[in-house]
Amino acid sequence: MIKEPKISENQREIWREPVNFGRFAVPKGEIHIFPERCKECNYCTNYCPNQVLERSPEVNVYGYHPVRVREDKKDSCVACGMCQSICPDFAIFVKEVKIQ
Amino acid sequence: MTEVEYHPKHELIREERFPHVWCPGCGLGIELQCYLNALEKSGIPQDSHVLVSGIGCTARIPGYANLDTYHTTHGRGLPFATGMKIANPDLKVTVISGDGDLFNIGGNHFIHAARRNMDLLVICSNNFNYGMTGGQHGSTTPPTSKSASTPYGNIEPTFNLPYIASALGASYVARWTVMHPRQLTKSIRTAMEVKGFAFIEVLSPCPPNFGKFNGFKDGFEEMEFYRKSSVVQNDAKLEDISIDPFHGKNIVLGDFVNRKRASYITLEHELIDRVRGGGQ
Repeated sequence: MIKEPKISENQREIWREPVNFGRFAVPKGEIHIFPERCKECNYCTNYCPNQVLERSPEVNVYGYHPVRVREDKKDSCVACGMCQSICPDFAIFVKEVKIQ
Repeated sequence: MTEVEYHPKHELIREERFPHVWCPGCGLGIELQCYLNALEKSGIPQDSHVLVSGIGCTARIPGYANLDTYHTTHGRGLPFATGMKIANPDLKVTVISGDGDLFNIGGNHFIHAARRNMDLLVICSNNFNYGMTGGQHGSTTPPTSKSASTPYGNIEPTFNLPYIASALGASYVARWTVMHPRQLTKSIRTAMEVKGFAFIEVLSPCPPNFGKFNGFKDGFEEMEFYRKSSVVQNDAKLEDISIDPFHGKNIVLGDFVNRKRASYITLEHELIDRVRGGGQ
């Protein structure tokens, strides 16, 4: 039986579907943010490949708007770790969620 | 009650000192994170690592690393590190400092440390100006770019740091930007195993000074500039890779040199063994 490939919205086109695509689950990540450390540099919001993050209207103790996870993209994180490695402030990290 | 969350690097950073002093968009935090990632992967215990710095924005990095760290006088990070390495060769000594510290005031120390092929890892953060004092031009400012002290454009040619290090005989030479965190981590990881002088130049954005004077609105625009104008070319001719991005020249990145050359500590220990064994 051939399974339909799971493609989340805004994912790039798959130009050739691998024969064993259905056997692999898309990894899922859980984003943790320290809002008091964020300095609003916008690196994570711009470099996230799935645009999962956005600036929140809240203000932290230093007057910056910390990032938050977009409500509509809660399940789109694929745990690539880009936001973690590009954050200069150690304010964000990603944990991969084990898929049962 | 929710569980207290920690950053994955919380054992390697001094978390009570965060948020750090660097400006929004500064690349130094990424550089620190890449160093800590490489340190974790190196397999060398945390107690054996020492981080030395001079003066400047970059020299604040050791203050945030939970290691044995030294914040030394201006430009003199390399002599301190050299002494430490000779006194205790088991340590893995890393010097992390800015371009102004390592090449302007401490240029002579750099020349001699590289000539001796001292067993040190030197990470030079290059932001093209003196960031801490307000963005004056220095020896690494690209031609015709503006700064606080060159409002009509810089007329001086710039230092080509990998070429200098390679000409002086460094064992390992590389250049990356903070826009390439994975490659930078891999490069630092490789350099930690090199015997002899390892030099990595890291290009880092400086949004309130260099960025502001040269028309970059924020740190993200400067990062995008690095991303678009850089090419990876590991076998580049080092004499041609000076940084001149405002005349349509690409910034060449890569691991340029990795060669075997007798290091100072090896030669010193050979000498000690020979003399103690009754030789001349």
